[in-house]
Amino acid sequence: MIQAATVETTEIPALKRLLRRSQRRQQVTAIALVAPLLVFLLLTYIGPIGALLSRGILDPEVPSVLPRTTAALATWDGRELPPEVAFAALVADMREARSAGTLAAAATRLNYDINGFRSLMFSTARRLPAEIDSARDTLIGIDPKWGERETWAAIRRASGPVGDFYLLAALDLRRDADGNIVAAPEDQAIFIDVIARTFLISGVVTALCLVLGYPVAYVLATLPARSAGLLMIFVLLPFWTSLLVRTAAWVVVLQREGIVNSLLLGIGIIEQPLEMIFNRFAVYVAMTHILLPFMILPLYSVMKGIPAVHLRAAASLGAPPFTVFRRVYLPQTLPGIGAGCLLVFIQALGYYITPALVGGAEDQMISYLIAFYASRTINWGMAAALSILLLAATLVLCAVYGRLVGFGRVRPG
Amino acid sequence: MNGRKTILAGIAAGALVTVAVAGPAAARDLTVVSWGGAYQDAQREVYFKPFVEATKIKLLEESWDGGVGVLRAKIQGGNNNWDVVQVESEELVLGCEEGLYEKIDWEKVGGKDKLMDDAVHECGVGTIVYNFILSYDADRIKDGPKSWADFWNVQKWPGKRALRKGPKTNLEIALMADGVPPAEVYKTLATEAGIERAFRKLDELKPHLIWWEKGSQPPQLLAAGEVAMTSAYNGRIAAANQNDKKNFRIVWQNSLYTVDYWVIMKGTPNKAQAEQFIHFASLPENQAKLPAKIPYGVTAKAATAMIDPKILPELPTAPENIATALYINEPFWVENLDRLNQRFNAWVAR
Amino acid sequence: MRMTPPEPDMSKLRHVLAQLRGVRKTYDGETLVVKDLDLDIFDGEFLTLLGPSGSGKTTTLMMLAGFETPTAGQIMLAGRDLARVPPHRRDIGVVFQNYALFPHMTVAENIAFPLSVRGVPRSDIAVRVARALDTVRLSGFGERRPAQLSGGQQQRVALARALVFEPKLVLMDEPLGALDKQLREEMQLEIRRLHERLGITIVYVTHDQAEALTMSDRIAVFHRGVIQQIDTPAAVYEQPRNAFVASFIGESNRLAGVVEAIDGAHCRVRLDDGTPILARPIDVGTGDATSVLLRPERITLADPSDPDGSSARNRLAAEIREVIYLGDHTRLRVSLAGRHDCAIKLPAGRRNPVPLPGMRVEAVFEAADCLAFRPE
Repeated sequence: MIQAATVETTEIPALKRLLRRSQRRQQVTAIALVAPLLVFLLLTYIGPIGALLSRGILDPEVPSVLPRTTAALATWDGRELPPEVAFAALVADMREARSAGTLAAAATRLNYDINGFRSLMFSTARRLPAEIDSARDTLIGIDPKWGERETWAAIRRASGPVGDFYLLAALDLRRDADGNIVAAPEDQAIFIDVIARTFLISGVVTALCLVLGYPVAYVLATLPARSAGLLMIFVLLPFWTSLLVRTAAWVVVLQREGIVNSLLLGIGIIEQPLEMIFNRFAVYVAMTHILLPFMILPLYSVMKGIPAVHLRAAASLGAPPFTVFRRVYLPQTLPGIGAGCLLVFIQALGYYITPALVGGAEDQMISYLIAFYASRTINWGMAAALSILLLAATLVLCAVYGRLVGFGRVRPG
Repeated sequence: MNGRKTILAGIAAGALVTVAVAGPAAARDLTVVSWGGAYQDAQREVYFKPFVEATKIKLLEESWDGGVGVLRAKIQGGNNNWDVVQVESEELVLGCEEGLYEKIDWEKVGGKDKLMDDAVHECGVGTIVYNFILSYDADRIKDGPKSWADFWNVQKWPGKRALRKGPKTNLEIALMADGVPPAEVYKTLATEAGIERAFRKLDELKPHLIWWEKGSQPPQLLAAGEVAMTSAYNGRIAAANQNDKKNFRIVWQNSLYTVDYWVIMKGTPNKAQAEQFIHFASLPENQAKLPAKIPYGVTAKAATAMIDPKILPELPTAPENIATALYINEPFWVENLDRLNQRFNAWVAR
Repeated sequence: MRMTPPEPDMSKLRHVLAQLRGVRKTYDGETLVVKDLDLDIFDGEFLTLLGPSGSGKTTTLMMLAGFETPTAGQIMLAGRDLARVPPHRRDIGVVFQNYALFPHMTVAENIAFPLSVRGVPRSDIAVRVARALDTVRLSGFGERRPAQLSGGQQQRVALARALVFEPKLVLMDEPLGALDKQLREEMQLEIRRLHERLGITIVYVTHDQAEALTMSDRIAVFHRGVIQQIDTPAAVYEQPRNAFVASFIGESNRLAGVVEAIDGAHCRVRLDDGTPILARPIDVGTGDATSVLLRPERITLADPSDPDGSSARNRLAAEIREVIYLGDHTRLRVSLAGRHDCAIKLPAGRRNPVPLPGMRVEAVFEAADCLAFRPE
């Protein structure tokens, strides 16, 4: 560039071409260096996660098992019972699905929407006579539910291939027979509460980590290198033991006849054992312990960069110790606080095992429900929809953080 | 059913199982899947090892924690590597309906008439009878509870209570505690008002409740003094008394019982060996050895006479124990589980 | 730069502002970084603590500021014992080597900081900050961040910040160490000007003897935790009390020898190669080994064929080995009395004889300029 400034103007186009060529070479090299990781991430991370999350909006079971029925219902206005052709389509679909063994998929999906749909499908499929005149009369004869608009509306709602059923359900919403979005019945509404609780627990844990981690990070940053190294080992120790072991250790410590209670009973401070496990308290304690390093490390790295002479300067200028902290030290550690809080909060949002082991039933977080649907009831749609919600909430949070603090100032670890 | 490990061991085992699943699937050994823990330990002594010795058929053990979705995923995923699975009645009913299992050829497994009626199903061969019972630690409570109603009495017996997480069994227990006789329980639950009544009864106890998910947890909770009473699988309590020298008591009054079945996974290449195994495990002389190891009732009619009369009173199938017991109604749960799961989760989280 | 050191104005220095008495400091309980320090700091003076690193000068400054506690002894400021006064109540301004400006505050906020922590009303702060910025010639820079300023500008902000609350005493810890030479000289003058204009008392730490000579009213030369000499720049340069002071301040040729006789103001020294010279004895007696220090600019050259009668004058045969022309003076390296690295500075313009490498000449110097010390 310096050379370019001294070159005659007539040579500049040629020069620009040269510059572009050399830059292009650099770009190609850079892309070649990054490409393997990119491919790796695509295959092992983005792809599978995308595939999982997509199940929150895909609704493939009913259209694939009952193709004729969904086609017939596409033109149904929903005000009356569907026409005979839809009934006939359902009969044909059911026969085929029963022999192919695929009926369960559709029945399970429809049962999420209307309780009892599963039995309705199987009993109907079992009792279909070989020869029928009117599909409509036959079906309603087998079960009067086939004469209800709501039954058919449920099939139409599940006609996919994409749908908002799971996402709405994750927000405690559903569609009624006319397709309007309405609140789920109160005894079925759960997710909003649990998401709010997830955020509350994560927030409290983040605050606890900050309050406990800040002084530790300060000591670490100001100690001479050798003692700091030793203390750092203690800070990092939790990283080297498995999450499960650490959580289980808290059970041993906090339970009714555990170490803490025995100690307190032994020295006579309390007469009845304190209830410290299977409640919110235990969740806070265990999660704070596990996540503390993620707060301390970014704080430490930021604090390490603040010259001690700043504190002396502030004191010499007349600031008492707390003012030095509040006006000189604290503001300079804000990037570390931001990074630490973000790290801890986002990790806390996804916590599942720790609340499951040490928390009570009222302390389960959204990941528990995701795991419940993914591994217990194998309802991938619901698990994916809740994951989408959690991911969206996290992204919103990051965006807010980015606006308030700016990612350029984050210095993690 | 029972035989569940602690969560820790369960998750660790899960990791191992995952590794095992990742291996090659072709030309595999007969794989029998049960519920782990003390129960599977007993099965290993009574069934698995003697079977291998008698037949020279290689047998691979695995364990699982239930859920028809797991079996459905295996069949639909096309990479099923399980042959014989011990399932609860719910999984039996759902999976059979969905065609996840081979139909039982009763000639090959020993004949219907050899087993008690509840053990016979078109897709499954009943193998054990076990109960959800009320249990407490007699070392801590001298004058113990006698019924589910006492389970609710936190004035007389202070302390936490533990129940299995999920609506199944708890709604029945709540209604019986509220005075509904066993014969009326499912009639009551068939109505909205009945379900409402069960949840209202659970509401009363909610501040005192903690939830267990694995069968190994109730004895641990009792041993740690974490709860005063718990619902539990009877076999787990007996095993804790026997192995850990505990003094846990079982209240048989209005216990709930169910049957676990062997099923053969659809399309298995090891069908003949699977039938051979089930036949072996259904022989009365083999079954009669199980209650000595872990006190579950067994299904072969002829086995009861071969069981040591000293341990018979501890078995669910003892006449006085089964007299007031409630047979868990599987069709009711198949019909209502999705809705009641959601409602239970919402209730429990509130 | 002042060409001639001013005579100390004793009337200005009479009032003692701060006093250190018997101050000792040790960090490890074994070695004393500062040994039995007695020091008076006069009101309004510019006192420089000069010494090599590790000599105890910075430690002394930090004890004054309150960041280090004396192991023993007493420090008084304006008649008050500072032992129990924390740094923020000492009313001492400190300027640090790397400025220590707060990066998250603007220039104006930095300067306002000492005022706002003292509860000065907002409107007064604005006025005083503006005045302080004007004083350091940075008006219009108030809204910038420190990182947007050059090193010299940052240093001026640090000065303004340390002066804006009108402290009784301002301490400066090598404040110009991070600047390049030209900027450093500029800032030396600026600080000196500020000192004269504001009439403040400054204690200034440096290891740069030229800087000390340029700026100070008095210089305290530190070595191994002890003040070797405290005097005006001229006195420290011209009348060093010992070999350390003489060699640390300014450039010297060292000639080793033995004192043979002392005769009033002079002594006769036989150098190691046997050459006898006349010197001024400082702290030596007859028969002592000595190190004779001779400033390069005090040596002149004479043609060997041009004899001179002065008896006090030493004349030694020398051979020029190297000639370096430096504009305002010419620097020679010569062999003298058996040593091959003696330096001579010749002022510009005198070219008789014109020195050339290999030339044999006579080095001429006064006995009064040869200071005979006990070797260090």
